[in-house]
Amino acid sequence: MKKGILGKKLGMTQLFTEEGNVIPVTVIEAGPCVVTQIKTQDKDGYNAVQVGYDEIREKLVNKPLKGHFDKAGVPYRRYLREFRFDNVEDYEVGQEIKVDVFEEGDRVDITGRSKGKGFAGNIKRWGHARGPMSHGSHYHRGPGAMSAASFPSRVFKNKKLPGRMGNTRTTVQNLEIVKVDTERNLLLVKGAVPGPRGNLLMIRETVKRKR
Amino acid sequence: MDVIRAIEKEQMRKDIPEFNVGDTVRVYVKVIEGSRERLQAFEGTVIQKRHGGIRETFTVRRVSYGVGVERVFPVHSPKIDRIEVIRRGKVRRAKLFYLRDRVGKASKVKERRV
Repeated sequence: MKKGILGKKLGMTQLFTEEGNVIPVTVIEAGPCVVTQIKTQDKDGYNAVQVGYDEIREKLVNKPLKGHFDKAGVPYRRYLREFRFDNVEDYEVGQEIKVDVFEEGDRVDITGRSKGKGFAGNIKRWGHARGPMSHGSHYHRGPGAMSAASFPSRVFKNKKLPGRMGNTRTTVQNLEIVKVDTERNLLLVKGAVPGPRGNLLMIRETVKRKR
Repeated sequence: MDVIRAIEKEQMRKDIPEFNVGDTVRVYVKVIEGSRERLQAFEGTVIQKRHGGIRETFTVRRVSYGVGVERVFPVHSPKIDRIEVIRRGKVRRAKLFYLRDRVGKASKVKERRV
């Protein structure tokens, strides 16, 4: 059965193992989520489970969404996201998803919106090297040559140039779950996840092969 | 943020005695040799304490066979069996890096009588 849950990034800290090694972990407050709709191949053209997270007051929901929630018979939620699972039969509307779907040692992929870096140059955006800062060099942090000259007489598409960086949907794959706290609805995941604190995250079973 | 504090607090050790920069301490470290575990003591002057909470570390300096040796320990590491404070030092600054440039009697820290 494929698993997924929505959560919120709370921040990072560290854990000591028994051997005294330190594991860097991200603390995620995940769920409880509720299934609001099930999309099927016949009806919607694809299979997915729609999940709501973060309960809110009635006042904060607009009329169309209110209808949607009432139809499912679930409390109002701030976020709605879809998980493209094939095994939609395993889920039913109104079902609650809690952190206990995952256990220690599971591998997950985590999707979120990365921090926006604004208009960034080539060095930050693409990891390019910089030119010499001294010895008469006047070329410090530029993007370099664009292309050849009379042929092709244009700059190829996808040329790495300065521009907006970050603030995109980003997935980090194959993160290990170090700890599951069912009491406080917490997931402790080894390593970093996209975005600032308070960022909405989609946590899914990894697509990577199991080791 | 409070949740993270709580997670860190759960892991923090309460059996570590209070000690300060300038104190002479003996740190018993768990060392694993093959399948056997034994304790190894490291005695010296605390020359710095860094960070806070679960990330807190301290540096112990000693001169061993004429060579200065410094070891950094995480305060809350499970590898530390126990810490003994042997002598309280009287110092006027937070980092005692000046001890590195001193030899012999000049590298001594005055004792603080409590």
